[in-house]
Amino acid sequence: MLRYTLKRLLSLSVSLLVASIVIFVTIEVVPGDPAFYMLGFNAQPDTIAALREELGLNVSAFQRYVNWVSGMLTGDFGTSYTYRTPVADMIGDRMWISLPLALYALLLSTLIAFPAGILAASKRGSVADTLVMGTTQLGVAIPNFWFAMLMVLVFAINLRWFSAGGFPGWDGGFWLAVKALTLPAISLALPQASILARVMRSALLDTLGEDFVRSARAKGLTRRQALWRHALRNAMIPVLTIIGLQFSFLLAGAIIIENVFFLPGLGRLVFQSISQRDLIVVESVVMLLVFAVVIVNFSVDLAYALVDPRLRRRS
Amino acid sequence: MIYGKTGFAVAAALAFAITGGVAQAAKTDIVVGLQLEPPHLDPTGAAAGAIDQVVYSNVFEGLTRFASDGSIVPGLAKSWEISDDGLTYIFQLNEGVTFHDGSAMDAEDVKFSLDRARAEDSTNAQKPLFADIASVEVMDPMSVKVTLSKQNGSFLFNMAWGDAVIVAPESIADIKTKPVGTGPFVLSNWVQGDRIELARNPDYWGEAVSLEKATFKFIPDPTAAFAAVMAEDVNAFMAFPAPENLPQFDADPRFKVLVGSTEGETILAINNKMPPFDNVKVREAIAHAIDRQAIIDGAMFGYGTPIGTHFAPHNPAYLDLTANSAYDPEKSKALLAEAGFADGITTTLKLPPPSYARRGGEIIASQLKAVGITVEISNLEWAQWLEQVFRGKDFGLSIVSHTEPMDIGIYGREDYYFQYGKPEFQALMADLDASTDPAERTSILQAAQTMISEDYVNAYLFQLANTGVANMKIEGLWANAPTQAIDLTGVSWTD
Repeated sequence: MLRYTLKRLLSLSVSLLVASIVIFVTIEVVPGDPAFYMLGFNAQPDTIAALREELGLNVSAFQRYVNWVSGMLTGDFGTSYTYRTPVADMIGDRMWISLPLALYALLLSTLIAFPAGILAASKRGSVADTLVMGTTQLGVAIPNFWFAMLMVLVFAINLRWFSAGGFPGWDGGFWLAVKALTLPAISLALPQASILARVMRSALLDTLGEDFVRSARAKGLTRRQALWRHALRNAMIPVLTIIGLQFSFLLAGAIIIENVFFLPGLGRLVFQSISQRDLIVVESVVMLLVFAVVIVNFSVDLAYALVDPRLRRRS
Repeated sequence: MIYGKTGFAVAAALAFAITGGVAQAAKTDIVVGLQLEPPHLDPTGAAAGAIDQVVYSNVFEGLTRFASDGSIVPGLAKSWEISDDGLTYIFQLNEGVTFHDGSAMDAEDVKFSLDRARAEDSTNAQKPLFADIASVEVMDPMSVKVTLSKQNGSFLFNMAWGDAVIVAPESIADIKTKPVGTGPFVLSNWVQGDRIELARNPDYWGEAVSLEKATFKFIPDPTAAFAAVMAEDVNAFMAFPAPENLPQFDADPRFKVLVGSTEGETILAINNKMPPFDNVKVREAIAHAIDRQAIIDGAMFGYGTPIGTHFAPHNPAYLDLTANSAYDPEKSKALLAEAGFADGITTTLKLPPPSYARRGGEIIASQLKAVGITVEISNLEWAQWLEQVFRGKDFGLSIVSHTEPMDIGIYGREDYYFQYGKPEFQALMADLDASTDPAERTSILQAAQTMISEDYVNAYLFQLANTGVANMKIEGLWANAPTQAIDLTGVSWTD
């Protein structure tokens, strides 16, 4: 197990190193000078040079890479070119919206998908099954931003139950913040729940056809008992994999929804920083997301090994 | 549905009865929506218009300031004397002015601010505004003498810009996140990416403002902006990004639409040094190929004033020269043939992100196509546009709105991206700087407008309109935008 873990750790470090180089190089070759962008039409060349000096842009690219990576190792992500505040603080602030939003959406999606998937699988071919399959088909097909706008129209503009968007902050009260995240979370959860419900259904149907379920039925369990006691657990493996994938998507991929609901999350930070050529913010946020994905994969690898002893032996 | 609505009305009426009308009558806070968030709050250290929108006159003040009609009125300086040769300005400062940190504002602070802006290592985006200052001297705590190296008839105007506000040496280090000015509002909270909150400054030296709290909320997406106004999440939205929604607001009894002027001359910029545009006939052909009203109607939904030169129509010195470039496709074709391009021209049209450029670009492309000019459109981000078009001069045509006030002087700069810089024009600008007589200045400005119009330097499209939407009960918001400011000092709620 130790050897296996060390091997995984080594591959994790190599992935991170390669990712940092790729991110840095790709972002550095993008045309556009942050200092020029900030100073605009009337800026004199000497003013731009002075600002570049102030921002530390006049040193070589290699030196900047080294500074960036060594800074990150000590938890210092540098200072944003445009906002002039530490990048780590900015990411921290945005994280308090993106992370709860992702968790909220995931929770909703699971709460919808599990019962729907189980119902559809246990009553295969019934009206309920057809209904679930039809609805989820629609849920996968509807773009979430369109659904989001529809909800704004109904719940914010017509019924006035919710704000059209924005985020009051957690210090303004827990329920107020949760309320502000509700419409965005539902719009994010809808397609995810549809996918998850379909995966749940097909995984359940697959396991229901397995030999061990037949044995369980042969021992006298009803179809329902066999489903709950034996099939469900085994069907969880593909479902959990999908949930894992969805979580990293929700964290990084909520950008369009963040725009529709003008939420100051991570996605909008990246979007804005790219157009402002705030390169250091883009680099650091992307790196952080890569880190999150790599860490999740690493934990999943370890979990596999814990669950499945064959993996440990093979390595 | 009807039942549901009635139930709602009853509940609302009950809520109103419980809370009473008192809270309504005393409404002293406002939420203003804006499309762009300022990167930081130092108006003296970046070009971003969003900074001025939030802080101009609200948080920071200069020696002079713009009034809503664009005229220059006293600010921190209560009066000034100009020497006969026009080289010396003595400013008398208002008494009892304090910065938000409690320290007094005096002549030393003025000297510090002006010297900082014109220093060698200054990062002031409008450093040319200060170029003619030779020295700044403190005469006594309440008077400052500014000596110019040459006459500059625009000096008082220059001092009204957001880039020329007075800051204090004690608070300069953190000015980007903790702005300490002399204005009627102080920064109380900034949730980056979401909103900036200002609170009334109880120790303000001037006339007290009626708002106690003002929140600027940043909503970049036009559809989201529309939703926020409709849901009344914001009380006003200035420089509203989707003109197509304005008629709907106008028809809604809850809102009023504010339409005013800006300093934004929107032009089809032409690369004057690049063949075939170095031929004035070709530029004239482009000018006659364009139907301005079709662009205003199609791209701006009718908001905008046609212009025939690079000058704001609301300025008293404006000349209507649109007739020089009247829409005449036949004349345009004839001019192209005369210039030797009877078979047509192919060039590039590089467009920055704003909708006036992207939508206007499509319309212009088809209008040019009709006279035989084929354009290849490329959509650029601002950073790319600055790099390729503005700095690299790698373009044939481009559409951009020049939002700086009184910026006709850019035509004298040879290295400016459209590359005109005719010596005769430079001579006019030198005359203008040397003159402080209003009548003489007007005639020079009109000669300058005529020269660039007749040289067809660029194709002049329209003056960008300032369009905003506000709650019916809000008074005092500026309809015009003589600078990119949302001045809240005169804003109040009626009833």
